Amino acid sequence: MAFIGLLTLVLIALPHGLSYSQREILVVLTINILVVSSYRLLTLTGEWSLGHVVMMGVGAYASALYSKEWGVPVPISMIIGALTAGLVAWGLSFPLFRMKGFYFLIGSFAAGEIIRLLWKRFRDPFGGPKGIKRIDPFPDIDLGFIRIDFFDPVNYYYFTLIIVVLCLVILWRIEKSLIGLTFHAVHWQDKLAESAGVNVRDYRTLALVISSTFAGLAGTLLAHYIGTVNPNGFDIEQMVFVLTWAIVGGTTTLYGPIIGCITLTALNEIVLRELGLEQGRPLIYGLILIVSVLFMPKGLEDVVKRGVAWAQLQIVKERTNGV
Amino acid sequence: MESKILKVNDLGKQFGGIKAVNGLSFVVKEGHIHGLIGPNGAGKTTTFNLISGFYKPSQGSVRLFDEEISGLGMYRVARKGVIRTFQHSTLFAEMSVLENVLVGTHMMFKPNFLAALIGNERAIRDQAIKRSREVLEFFGLESFTSNLAGELSHGHQRTLGMAVAMASNPKILLLDEPFTGMNPEETQSMMGLMAKLRDSGMTLLLVEHDMTAIMGLCDRITVMNFGKLLTEGKPLEIRNHPDVIEAYLGTRNHAT
Ligand SMILES: Nc1ncnc2c1ncn2[C@@H]1O[C@H](COP(=O)(O)OP(=O)(O)OP(=O)(O)O)[C@@H](O)[C@H]1O
Ligand SMILES: [Mg+2]
Repeated sequence: MAFIGLLTLVLIALPHGLSYSQREILVVLTINILVVSSYRLLTLTGEWSLGHVVMMGVGAYASALYSKEWGVPVPISMIIGALTAGLVAWGLSFPLFRMKGFYFLIGSFAAGEIIRLLWKRFRDPFGGPKGIKRIDPFPDIDLGFIRIDFFDPVNYYYFTLIIVVLCLVILWRIEKSLIGLTFHAVHWQDKLAESAGVNVRDYRTLALVISSTFAGLAGTLLAHYIGTVNPNGFDIEQMVFVLTWAIVGGTTTLYGPIIGCITLTALNEIVLRELGLEQGRPLIYGLILIVSVLFMPKGLEDVVKRGVAWAQLQIVKERTNGV
Repeated sequence: MESKILKVNDLGKQFGGIKAVNGLSFVVKEGHIHGLIGPNGAGKTTTFNLISGFYKPSQGSVRLFDEEISGLGMYRVARKGVIRTFQHSTLFAEMSVLENVLVGTHMMFKPNFLAALIGNERAIRDQAIKRSREVLEFFGLESFTSNLAGELSHGHQRTLGMAVAMASNPKILLLDEPFTGMNPEETQSMMGLMAKLRDSGMTLLLVEHDMTAIMGLCDRITVMNFGKLLTEGKPLEIRNHPDVIEAYLGTRNHAT
């Protein structure tokens, strides 16, 4: 409880200690936490996709177009945009879940590339390679005594933070429910799950649709903040970053991918930027991935678990010494 | 009472050139423990895989009461009430014993997405846990509830496999060599539990090499060899049947 209180304070105070550009990075980081956490939900069923970032893009494009072309108010376009990503994922599940494991991985990559190709090919409505520009921003909120301008990264950070925390609570509830248990069952022994009457394909599809919907929502959060989307923003390089966050952080806990994402973003922004090595980011991420798989196969979450266990042991020791 | 719950008729499965099951027919009566025996490679597990929908048969039919179930697919057959266990301990090794059995209750207590979303599945979850604990208690596994399934001894893993299957409250339970890896005491107590299940009205189809268990438990025994029916009868008839003795001693193998 005390921990949650402290965390809340830190999260509220955080942007005020940062420069303007760092605040912008903080917004993107918050969005990325939703991307990697929703990705983890899919991995619970044992399937790893390379199309997750494209699903994020589907949400971003959809919400941008709904608001720009049809005049749908932005908060509503975001919700429909996220649902669009879920719907597209549902459609893709039919060809994709004829495959498993490695073939699913490659299939999801191909499906993602096809979607990106459509964005590039059809100038109308997707804007071609340059994508969509001047997307409607999230509208200001006028409470009479105070006007909240979401162009200000601090305000938009608070907004995303609330949304992302809500989503994390939902993801956590799903995982801890009987549905989450069934996801695990499908992962560890799909044959046994099936012989217990589980429709394994339906559950794989459910996980894909939920994770894509949340990825889509993350995409809409990004689109209405930076005001532009283009096909390259959702390419395989971005996907590799998401994979790296998930693997370096570990995927057995909800917080694993989150610490992976935060640690690597911090590393990126603080170390690489200072050293002027930003261009080498893919290379360095590749190295980090290899090193962490070799020396830290259980991810950062395992380091945290052991740290907590060690701290508890110290407390117990101190108490027994005191007596 | 003695109605025919499962009718296997002219069942066949071919793998490439091998006819693993070849024109097999037999009938299981409700409330019986029915044995399915035969030498290694006779086709017993394949028969289970055909009944449970894991394979599509190349010929023949499987009927539950009067409903055709062959070729339905595993989870659909399971939903009809035909539940099988696996010859090689197949469990959710990384999950707790209780969670394993909870998955077994999947059909009785269907997870509800909306309830999960708003964090409101307490009622259904409590019922599922209650059912799971009862099943674990029946099989004497209640002291291992929070252990990981993978940590259990081989015999306990077999028992847990049965508990997962039983948790779904099946009409007929197909057990593939449930006694392997059990010591004599465990075998004895497991036999007691199976007799108890039968007395409560459950039907069991039992594949087993342990002859003491088979002879002690079965109401009727089907013997197969090379994918075909060799003979069928009461335990005493089977024990003294010359063809069965021959099949097990392997003289016929040399003759052909
Ligand atoms: N998937 C498969 N592909 C090819 N051949 C198979 C397959 N499954 C089983 N067989 C073959 O079918 C035959 C019957 O095998 P099955 O596993 O049904 O025997 P079994 O009676 O269960 O034997 P055991 O007592 O050793 O368990 C064997 O010759 C086996 O090699
Ligand atoms: Mg077998």
